[in-house]
Amino acid sequence: MNATGMTATTSRRLGNAALPLLGIVLVVWSLLPVYHMAVVSLSPDDELFDGTLAPAHPTLDNYATVLSQDDYTVQFFWVQLWNSIVVSGFSAFGILAIGTLAAFAIVRLQPRWGGLLTNTALATYVIPLSFLAIPLYKTMANYNLLGTRAALVLATITFGSPYAIWVLSQYARSSIPFELDEAATIDGAGPWRMYFQIFLPLMKPPMVVVGIYALLLAWNEYLLAFLFLSDEEAMTLPVTLGNFLNSDQVPWNLMMATALLYALPPVIIYYCFQHNVSSGSTAGGVKN
Amino acid sequence: MLLVPRRRQDTTSPPVENARRGFRIDAPWVFVLPYLLGAAFLIAYPLGYGFWIARDPLNYLQLFNDPTYWGAAVNTLLFLGVGVNVTLVLALLLSGFFAIRRWWIKALLPVFILPWAIPSVSAYLSVHWMLNSENGMINTILRGIGFTSPPEWLNTYSWAITGAIVAFIWQWLPFWTLILLAARMAIPPSVYEAADIDGATGIRRLAYVTFPLLRGTYLTSTLLAAIWTLSDYNAVNFVTGGAPGDTTHVLATLGVDYAFEIGFVELGVSVGLTALPLVVILIVLLVSRLKKEAGGAA
Repeated sequence: MNATGMTATTSRRLGNAALPLLGIVLVVWSLLPVYHMAVVSLSPDDELFDGTLAPAHPTLDNYATVLSQDDYTVQFFWVQLWNSIVVSGFSAFGILAIGTLAAFAIVRLQPRWGGLLTNTALATYVIPLSFLAIPLYKTMANYNLLGTRAALVLATITFGSPYAIWVLSQYARSSIPFELDEAATIDGAGPWRMYFQIFLPLMKPPMVVVGIYALLLAWNEYLLAFLFLSDEEAMTLPVTLGNFLNSDQVPWNLMMATALLYALPPVIIYYCFQHNVSSGSTAGGVKN
Repeated sequence: MLLVPRRRQDTTSPPVENARRGFRIDAPWVFVLPYLLGAAFLIAYPLGYGFWIARDPLNYLQLFNDPTYWGAAVNTLLFLGVGVNVTLVLALLLSGFFAIRRWWIKALLPVFILPWAIPSVSAYLSVHWMLNSENGMINTILRGIGFTSPPEWLNTYSWAITGAIVAFIWQWLPFWTLILLAARMAIPPSVYEAADIDGATGIRRLAYVTFPLLRGTYLTSTLLAAIWTLSDYNAVNFVTGGAPGDTTHVLATLGVDYAFEIGFVELGVSVGLTALPLVVILIVLLVSRLKKEAGGAA
């Protein structure tokens, strides 16, 4: 009793000193690259190579340049932002549609092959996409879809839906009472009416989780967008960001301003839906 | 309300209808058709196509005589062995830190998850410029605290690969910390109370109660992290770009580099296929683990 009491006090004293220190280290660690992005984006051209921790004469000029597309590196900023939004929106819609339909079939209609399909979906969920990217590029060329945003949307939907099926079917199995289906069947409702009138309205909570996952998946995708989209007016924002590196004299301040603007929507979504994002990641696969 | 049927239809019985053969718009397979089409045209076909593209054994012979390939293989193993394990061990320790009930630790969590919320392209580009040896922020800080000749990060192999791995850890640490934090929070308090009564406190409680209960989540997380790391293209592509002299490539970036920079598509696909044994093992382990855990939860 005495011994344990002493260890507890000692560790508490130690903790009182060490914990705030750890806290400071974590804040610096987490913020440094983001702070750096902000500093560079606020630096005028002539201060870029000064190597200072904060700009001497901070300016919003770089943001003005990006937003008014006043440099050849950012001349398609708005249309590329729009492309990113469109690709994310269509991808999220497609992933939700495919995910809810498949989850409904597997869990509520209970076909014999339901387990097999779940396994297949899980296996495709964890396929390393970047090894499949080159054959996928050739495939899109065969389908005559190369260069179109549709190619990116279709690929994102295909690789995003296994996770959706997994999360949605777990929820459908555990949280929607099966008595509802029986009652609906007695009422004479077929599977499609059950899907639209009973299943979808009750699936809203996991659909928010999966929808956010899908939006961010599409918004953040670089490799496939880089391979599929070569025309500047069809590109999404991350491809343009990557292309900055090809310039002879990389305009780092413009690039960081663009990078920060591009990072803004996902950051806002994360903080508005923080609870949904983290509950989704726990439900998805690494559920305990 | 839906539980109470309003009107019973007792004359027509659905089973008769179900017995009818032929196409039915409400058959279960119709609901999964969109998924199956996507999987057939954009997963199965490219997968088969990939094997066909990389069918020439001479390509593999060329790879195995290519020091750049072996370098990329070693770097991939470094990402897997060091990157994944350091991330998960740190995440396990930090999940303990964030489980402490203090107001300022709670307030710290939103700051800590920022790296996960930032798109990786933005973050890695920022790190790339931070590591610039002349004007980068890291070396400015190092010179400021007295290092007269700080490392030339991206011009030295060992520093460049370290930079890429640390950037990768930076991005993924919040995600795995949250996963392990959630698993920790799911341990019922009664377990700790029982441990208290048995006299297990401090380190002993950690070793004999908390860790054994987190073991399943930790293993699944490690496997998932491994396969996502194997597949990661952005960290190396944007932090080092393979520099110096193509020494810091991983298999994911080298394949794309061979296929599109050099224009040797067959060789690029072959690079990815050499990782196949590892990928298959990871997928089989993962699918069985995920199924088991879902079964336990259902």
